[in-house]
Amino acid sequence: MSHTTAIGIVPTGPKPKKLISVERVIVYSVLLLCAVFFLFPLYIMVITSLKDIEAIRSGNIFIPTMTPTFSAWGKAWNSACTGLYCEGIKVGFWNSVRITFPSTIVSIAIASITGYSLANWPFKFSEAFFTVLLVSSFIPYVVMLYPLVLITRWLGIYSTLPAVVLVHTIFGLPILTLLFRNYFASLPQELFKAARVDGAGYWRIFFQVFVPMSAPIFTVAVILQITGIWNDFLFGVIYAGPTNYPMTVQLNNIVNSVQGGKEYNVDMAATILTGIVPLAIYFFSGKYFVRGIAAGAVKG
Amino acid sequence: MKANSTTSVSVRGLALSYGAVQVLKALDLDIADGEFLVLLGPSGCGKSTLLNCIAGLLEPSHGQVFIKGKNVTWEEPKDRGIGMVFQSYALYPQMTVERNLSFGLRVSGLAKDEIEKRVKRVGDMLQLGDLLQRKPSALSGGQRQRVAIGRALVREVDVFLFDEPLSNLDAKLRAELRVEIKRLHQRLANTMIYVTHDQIEAMTLADRIAVMKGGTIQQLDAPQTIYNKPKNLYVAGFIGSPSMNFLKGKIEGAGAKAVFHLGGQKIPLKDYVPDAPLKAGAAVLGVRPEHIQLDMAATKANSDAYKAVVDLVEPMGSDSLVWLKIDDTLFSARVESNQHFDPGQKVDVRFRINLASVFDEATGDRL
Ligand SMILES: Nc1ncnc2c1ncn2[C@@H]1O[C@H](COP(=O)(O)OP(=O)(O)OP(=O)(O)O)[C@@H](O)[C@H]1O
Ligand SMILES: [Mg+2]
Repeated sequence: MSHTTAIGIVPTGPKPKKLISVERVIVYSVLLLCAVFFLFPLYIMVITSLKDIEAIRSGNIFIPTMTPTFSAWGKAWNSACTGLYCEGIKVGFWNSVRITFPSTIVSIAIASITGYSLANWPFKFSEAFFTVLLVSSFIPYVVMLYPLVLITRWLGIYSTLPAVVLVHTIFGLPILTLLFRNYFASLPQELFKAARVDGAGYWRIFFQVFVPMSAPIFTVAVILQITGIWNDFLFGVIYAGPTNYPMTVQLNNIVNSVQGGKEYNVDMAATILTGIVPLAIYFFSGKYFVRGIAAGAVKG
Repeated sequence: MKANSTTSVSVRGLALSYGAVQVLKALDLDIADGEFLVLLGPSGCGKSTLLNCIAGLLEPSHGQVFIKGKNVTWEEPKDRGIGMVFQSYALYPQMTVERNLSFGLRVSGLAKDEIEKRVKRVGDMLQLGDLLQRKPSALSGGQRQRVAIGRALVREVDVFLFDEPLSNLDAKLRAELRVEIKRLHQRLANTMIYVTHDQIEAMTLADRIAVMKGGTIQQLDAPQTIYNKPKNLYVAGFIGSPSMNFLKGKIEGAGAKAVFHLGGQKIPLKDYVPDAPLKAGAAVLGVRPEHIQLDMAATKANSDAYKAVVDLVEPMGSDSLVWLKIDDTLFSARVESNQHFDPGQKVDVRFRINLASVFDEATGDRL
């Protein structure tokens, strides 16, 4: 006979869950608090960017306007003024694109191949090399800023796009190489051996065997690099030169340039526009990001 | 030194160490053309390492490897004329079965129609026909292992290396694939080197078994020889399940008059065929459970039987294992399950000395 509970229900199928429990209440309150903490400023920014300057002066900062307008967005994109000229944040946007794409692609290409070499083709000093790499990823950037100025100047590329791309690539390498090495080291060794018996060499094993099964780690690397480089301010301001300032630097210049009254709506719109790329990337790839991190941690 | 032309694979003085750890120690091994050699040994004894050295996937610290009489010690794996099957299957996860099979052939730049022909032939041989367009993740364990075997077969090489290919499978599937591999070997007549730590696999498949321990080969012989005439205590204890009984005692007298003293009882060794002349001293008598006969304690005085007491009975289906004691020495005997014994019962024991082994206690070597 089946057992019955005190109130005479025969347990069968999924166990009914209590609707409210202490843990749930705690978890959801914390989540809610965090969400509010981060979303509230965003809310202010969005509603402010949709007001016109009159509404901002007269209205309450927390209350959205009844007559939203996108004119501030248009101005932010097309004609907001930095200290020097008034071409809007779009200049910075395209600069950022020109900086981010080559930096991401080059750094990931180099790091994945280096990581693969370290994991699968040990050479005499590969362990030492790996240690150096590991240590170097902890050195504060600031230490290298000035030497890199000198180096890029010596190379004749200081204050150009290649300079900032080079710097981003260099600083991305340690952590990315680490990431790739650990991922490739976690793949079954026998797979690599099987490919060698099949006659595949260094490049063929990399491109035909490893890369196809490394989508998660490439996703992680791409996300890390795009968001990291897009959000960068320091390298952009130092190495890119005024004509190539990335979006973050231009945003700063727009917000800080004082010509007449402060246009909060334009500033807000420009800020949102600047943040929208990393935001969108997290939003659409968060799932893969988590999956990739997990795949690197446990066995692939 | 040039290897004999009828040897397919031969290994000379092969040694490999990781830092201070010596994994293989000056190993010599000659494998005849078309032979099925099984490397058998406990975990960590260096079986995979030896196989990887033969395949060229690991660089030995010393020694040479010959395949088909050619010194391949410095050759790349692909140039050695070998195919290899791995324990974890190691199929390329993003390729279909067909592309897994053909990968090596495509790498070597073989003509398309030849590739197709070979893949089809191997697919038919291993019944992979319906699976060719699937990815490995959509296959069962047995099917994956067959694909892994197929990937070695399409290479149409002389030597196949198997590294515990069946150890990830359940018992039933293992038995099935074991037969398939045996059949495959009969059909192809290639040289096969097969690593396992399953002694049933070793006994059923091998032409010869190499029993390994700690990076050395302890004995290299036909399965029956290894089973019946183990060279030392280690091999004797490793082969056979339930395992051989080791009765510690001493030999008195020499040659045909030698007698083995066990507790208070004397076992004459006149039926034993020694490798080395028997001489007096501490020794170990090795008797397999199936070579011990039991009788209910007879009233009549049996001159060639010894008195023992039943300690425990383990029924195993077709037969039972009876644990016995002579003085303080515990040993087991295998009896048909219709014979019934009770703990504490006194029984007569007869050892089939002609099938037993006698070992020197100090060196562990067979006498
Ligand atoms: N990279 C390494 N560094 C140091 N020692 C190693 C390394 N690889 C293997 N060994 C050691 O070499 C010995 C032999 O390993 P091997 O893989 O050949 O064992 P095996 O006989 O195949 O065992 P199993 O049956 O478990 O597969 C083991 O003791 C192992 O610890
Ligand atoms: Mg092994």
